[in-house]
Amino acid sequence: MTSVTLSDLHKEFGDVVAVRGIDLEIEDGEFVVVVGPSGCGKSTTLRSIAGLETVTSGEIRMDGRNVVGVEPKDRNVAMVFQNYALYPHMTARRNITFGMKSGGSFDDDEIDRRVEEAADILDIADLLDRKPAALSGGERQRVALGRAIVRDPDVFLMDEPLSNLDAKLRIQMRAELAKLHDELRTTTIYVTHDQTEAMTLGERVVVMNDGEIQQVAPPQRLYDYPANRFVAEFIGDPAMNMFPVTVERVGDGYEAVHPEFRLPLPAGEGLQEAAGSAAVLGVRPEDLLLASEADAAPGTFEATVQVTEPLGDSLLLECAVGDGALKVHVSPRAEISRGDRVELTYDPDRLHLFDAETGRAIYHSDPDATAAPTVPGDDRADPIDQD
Amino acid sequence: MLGTIVEYSKRWYRAVGGTETAAGGIDWETVGVHALLALSVFLLVLPVLIAAVVSTKETGIVTTPADLVPGSYAYENYRRALVDFNFDQFLLNSFVMSIVIVVGKLLLSLLAALAIVYYRIPYKDFVFLFILFTLMLPVPVRFVPLYELVVNIGWSNTLAAITIPYLASATTVFILRQHFLSISPSMVETAKLDGVGPIKFLVYVLIPMSKGVLVGVSVIMFVYAWNQYLWPLVIIDSESRQVVQVGLSLLEGEAMAGDVAWAMVMSGAILTLIPPLALLVLFRKPLLQTFTIQQK
Repeated sequence: MTSVTLSDLHKEFGDVVAVRGIDLEIEDGEFVVVVGPSGCGKSTTLRSIAGLETVTSGEIRMDGRNVVGVEPKDRNVAMVFQNYALYPHMTARRNITFGMKSGGSFDDDEIDRRVEEAADILDIADLLDRKPAALSGGERQRVALGRAIVRDPDVFLMDEPLSNLDAKLRIQMRAELAKLHDELRTTTIYVTHDQTEAMTLGERVVVMNDGEIQQVAPPQRLYDYPANRFVAEFIGDPAMNMFPVTVERVGDGYEAVHPEFRLPLPAGEGLQEAAGSAAVLGVRPEDLLLASEADAAPGTFEATVQVTEPLGDSLLLECAVGDGALKVHVSPRAEISRGDRVELTYDPDRLHLFDAETGRAIYHSDPDATAAPTVPGDDRADPIDQD
Repeated sequence: MLGTIVEYSKRWYRAVGGTETAAGGIDWETVGVHALLALSVFLLVLPVLIAAVVSTKETGIVTTPADLVPGSYAYENYRRALVDFNFDQFLLNSFVMSIVIVVGKLLLSLLAALAIVYYRIPYKDFVFLFILFTLMLPVPVRFVPLYELVVNIGWSNTLAAITIPYLASATTVFILRQHFLSISPSMVETAKLDGVGPIKFLVYVLIPMSKGVLVGVSVIMFVYAWNQYLWPLVIIDSESRQVVQVGLSLLEGEAMAGDVAWAMVMSGAILTLIPPLALLVLFRKPLLQTFTIQQK
């Protein structure tokens, strides 16, 4: 059981800066997912923790011990790769035991016992005598996990382990990974570009972009209170709708003013500061609704439907509002077709304002936004703004 | 009559796995390609066939096509080559030399490729280019200084003289490097995390994963070593230590009624040809795979 702390970690490849000074604290036994678009530095960060990359500067501490410069094998970490990295000429069992035997710290009985144990947990006991070529993608990934488990590492590092699997298997393996972590409670750092994986697996999610951490928070908090525009648009599918607005003080309250509409903003922190300036209003597609379906409409505006996408559990509309576009989820059997004018309203508790220049979140309309701690009883993990 | 011939040729065509057009007619393009292939194979094999035929005759002088009928002196000719002309010893010498060269080259090249691909060495690319550069200086170009060197260290007339100068092989290093580069880096990284050392990784992972390439490269190297002629001729002066290619030229000196004893020469040639030919036939698959990797 081990905690991992990164402080001011930098990694440069020649002129290319992959990681620009990140700070992150991962607790003992925690499942942390690092998510971001390709090239954001997430894999480099993971590989630096593994010791496969030398860091340019900064510290990596495991249980307080700085491991920068320590050989990968002496860090007691196990890594699971996207392509499984199984040796094709060895059986599953030999693949699992090869590393243990090399380490020399286990006797044969101990190795056998551990392999049986891991095989039971992963349900691969029948597959141990097969070679990777005779295993399916999911089975290979299980064997790769088995190889990581048997060594009883302090930290699991997973680099997009599910990306090579088909959609159905991915969902199944996702659930199994979560279960596995519940059983073993080994500190796990998991890198992915898939925001759904990040949301479903992570106890906390680290969003990275351009070599910097954008926000660290539990999944729901990340979704509800994105720290900046990047996080707001990266997390959630379809992405959050963004409208350029100006914030105006009207009487006691404030309104977001767009050429096509004026929306009253519920009182909250940050509005005063934003008043009179340009900002970006963010509303998630499911937080917009047809005025006809709403109980109360705090403010409405009209949009023209351009595309309808029936998703089964909802109908996704792509609409034009002035020069801009927005997406909205409406009830699945709504009778709406292309070219219709629809009147839309919104959930007043789910509005977000972002600084027009820096993209930093300046206002969340949810009254709980400021009160809700990032992690219950833990102030350390407050959203980190990097601008 | 013509109809029967066409019908039979169709049957034969199907029997050999030819493709037909949808209408059931013969795909003439495929037939053409196969005919061309058959012709080129025939042309390539022809000298060997003629050598094999000549080696069965008494004198082996061929002046008319009628002379290309197999004779009845095969046993006598081959026996003489092996016993009277020491071909058994030459073949053994050649075999030992080739095996030593192949094994030595493989060991050296494996270690070099391992270092070039997996180690962090300053100026690694330069080192690799330098190794490739040695292709421009093959043994024949280095004859004079090499001769002096080998004689000075007292190696003349030894196995070391005909093997050690050949051990460094840029071609093999290059082929192995390309192959190692095609192995996923995550395998190496897994090994690093597990604390598997470089030699253990080479022996238990890289070599088993490179089996096909290693066999292919070995065959090429064996044939190359087997065909060495000039250097052994220069550096080996004892007949009992001579290799088969030089031994073959000794046969040419054997005159029969004032003419070169071509039948003897050809039986020697066939004997010389058999070991590399057998290897090529046995290992044609890995050999082809090795060349495909090079084409990547």
